[in-house]
Amino acid sequence: MSMEVSASAAIIEAVNISKSFGPIPVLFSVSMDVRPGEVHALIGENGAGKSTLMKILSGFHDPTSGQIRLDGKRTPLPPNGAAEHLGIVLIHQELNLAEQMTVEENVFLGREIRTNGFLDRAAMRAEVQKYLDEIGLDILPTDRISKLTIAQKQMVEIVKAVSRNARILIMDEPTAVLTEEETEVFFRQVKKLKESGVGIVFVSHKLNEVKEIADRVTILRDGQWIDTRSSQDLTPDTMAQMMVGRELSDLYPPMHEADVDADVVLEVKNLRAQGVDNVSFGLRKGEILGFSGLIGSGRTAVFEAICGLSPIESGEIRLFGQDASNLSVAEARDAGLAYLTKDRKEKGLLLDKQMRPNLTLFALPKFVRNLSIDRKAEENALTRAIRRFDVRARDSSITVGKLSGGNQQKLLLAKVMECEPKIVIIDEPTRGIDVGTKQQIYHFIAALAAEGVSVVVISSEMPEIIGTCHRVVVMREGHITGILTGDHINENEIMRYAAGLKREELH
Amino acid sequence: MTTASEDTAAKTAKKFSVDFKTLGPAIALLLLCIIGFMLNPAFVSEGNLTNLLTRSAFIGIIAVGATFVITAGGIDLSVGSMAAAISGVMIIVMNNAIETMGSGVPTVLLGCGIAILLGIGAGWINGALTTKGKIEAFIVTLGTMGIYRSLVTYFADGGTLSLNFDIRGTYRPVYYDSFLGLPFPVWVFIGVAICGWLLLNRTAFGRYCTAIGSNEAVAKYSAINVDRVKTLTYIIQGLCVSFATIIYVPRLGSASASTGVLWELEAIAAVIIGGTVLKGGYGRIGGTILGALILTTIGNILNFTDVISNYLNGTMQGLIIIVAVLLQRSDWKVSKSGKS
Repeated sequence: MSMEVSASAAIIEAVNISKSFGPIPVLFSVSMDVRPGEVHALIGENGAGKSTLMKILSGFHDPTSGQIRLDGKRTPLPPNGAAEHLGIVLIHQELNLAEQMTVEENVFLGREIRTNGFLDRAAMRAEVQKYLDEIGLDILPTDRISKLTIAQKQMVEIVKAVSRNARILIMDEPTAVLTEEETEVFFRQVKKLKESGVGIVFVSHKLNEVKEIADRVTILRDGQWIDTRSSQDLTPDTMAQMMVGRELSDLYPPMHEADVDADVVLEVKNLRAQGVDNVSFGLRKGEILGFSGLIGSGRTAVFEAICGLSPIESGEIRLFGQDASNLSVAEARDAGLAYLTKDRKEKGLLLDKQMRPNLTLFALPKFVRNLSIDRKAEENALTRAIRRFDVRARDSSITVGKLSGGNQQKLLLAKVMECEPKIVIIDEPTRGIDVGTKQQIYHFIAALAAEGVSVVVISSEMPEIIGTCHRVVVMREGHITGILTGDHINENEIMRYAAGLKREELH
Repeated sequence: MTTASEDTAAKTAKKFSVDFKTLGPAIALLLLCIIGFMLNPAFVSEGNLTNLLTRSAFIGIIAVGATFVITAGGIDLSVGSMAAAISGVMIIVMNNAIETMGSGVPTVLLGCGIAILLGIGAGWINGALTTKGKIEAFIVTLGTMGIYRSLVTYFADGGTLSLNFDIRGTYRPVYYDSFLGLPFPVWVFIGVAICGWLLLNRTAFGRYCTAIGSNEAVAKYSAINVDRVKTLTYIIQGLCVSFATIIYVPRLGSASASTGVLWELEAIAAVIIGGTVLKGGYGRIGGTILGALILTTIGNILNFTDVISNYLNGTMQGLIIIVAVLLQRSDWKVSKSGKS
């Protein structure tokens, strides 16, 4: 095995790379190499140093010590993306495309083909069309980026990289925002790139995908290199264990049977709103109800409407038996209903503020004494939340934007729980966070339900839905296609309802 | 317990380790005063200092309101015109009330009441158009700026509206008299500043303004009634303009198309010099007060000296604004220590 792989020499090698930001070391003598035509997955918990290593491999950071070798020769990489000229392209998680420009303009941005000083659009269009055909992407060079789906945008990034003769493509969680279908299409493209000899570095928290697509896997933990192995020698379980350094047999907590006779706390009938078409369901006390479906199937829209974040067109909502069809967000909160957004950076947290104001923002009226904010109470709440949710920050005065994704998610959870909701809707509870934190969050959800809080989990990750939920609602194109219980909660069933292959006659 | 006290110890230590962002405006004002004294010792005479404080009261009071608007991510360009329009209406109302109410205190109170209602109303219009109308604050207030300005010209028929001489006598003390050695306008300034500081720094409303300016979507998802809070910031701004107008009218006893010209820019400048971030999310009332004092001090110093022409007042103020913002840039150190 190892003989066979090492037969082809590495394009890029990182040798004994260490990196410190100021006094804080984040990488300790890490080595990694990427060979032509391989997919090399880089995995580790949040804060393990993956991003830093990727940025060093693409020249965005300088290593504090150690060296980068390109084709066996020591090469200091030029900064700020200039390493693209050496064939090394980093595709950021937040894609770097000009939304209002066309595919063609984006691909050729900064190196437009010109004849006599004017842009040669025809030539560029033909060139882009050639790449699109090659990669099998069904869009036009003249399409505007803002019109494309996220998956298509990602493919445009890849076309852009390929058109620049990329030899090494470094991708930061490319599948985090893709549906399973889109991920499959994406993987087909990745395989084509592989065949053409491009070396691919692939960061993902989805270990099943890593197993499927990667040839070799490098595991980092707390800035240390743990191992580099052929993916054939690894299972998702062993990968997770190596990442965390402990057994993860109980990623999902044991599920307590839901009490089928418990009171219905939330009842929704024939709800219609933007992106929501005639949705009806009920939620019981202490129940964990999953909402599954493809991205854009209306799961988030349902709960944004219920929680007063977007207007309702028609339908009936009953909260603890009371009519609640027209609540504002604050009224919903006061009634015990809270929604935790999936978009923690844009809608969840004030990234330029410290933890304290973030924690108390949602439940701020609770902290007002004699018209003014009780800072002492806020400090106490923060101390409690840090302990309860295990939020790890260097010190409590750093801005929230500097926390790792997992810690941000825990803080967001703490923020929403600060108002002590009786019903909490958690949208994508573990998007882009590491296995260890995921486990903590699952246990937390289970504990909440055991205390009698009703939890709705909206998730695109099926194992998560299956592992945590008592019942699962599947949505497609704005309406509910099925409600699954017991043994029917499995990937096959969910997928068939989500894809529209199967449909339950409701009511 | 020990960790807690260590914590606070560390925090106070941090506060003392020169925070240029906060102390900058204070240091600048101090330097200006020293320069003023060196150029002409009469600068620190009691008469001049009270004059300086009284003058800065108008811009200062308006700038306190502007701090709320800007902190919540908005902008209000209409304040100067609003002040002119309110002065105009106040004068018309008071002149016409003489027949029925005489020229005593009730008439003046009526004028003040009208001013406050107009300020609140004008602020509400700005706020409602921005939030419910979903028009950018810059455009809304650019529009109302033109409207208010032309209204005062119309009311004055292109000339000047003058307050009846008898009422002037009654109203005069509001600008010219003192209490405990400080002129009334300064007391109003102090009162508005304290209320503003408490409101921004100690109440949930202030926190909401900051949150909205920092990220409106986060505010919305955090159960904050964004439209209401934003509208309230414009109403506070309008109210501040009313207060400034109430103490301004007795000074000249008249209003014309040139009343309050460029006050909006001076108010915004005071806010920015004080360290409030123009794009919102961070506001400092204390800084705003210092900013207003700095702007007035520059003009005052230029009056005292021949070194620089008094006509260059605007140039000096402009330079100070640009330098202040340059100094406040937090990325100075980062850009020095290399990339990333």
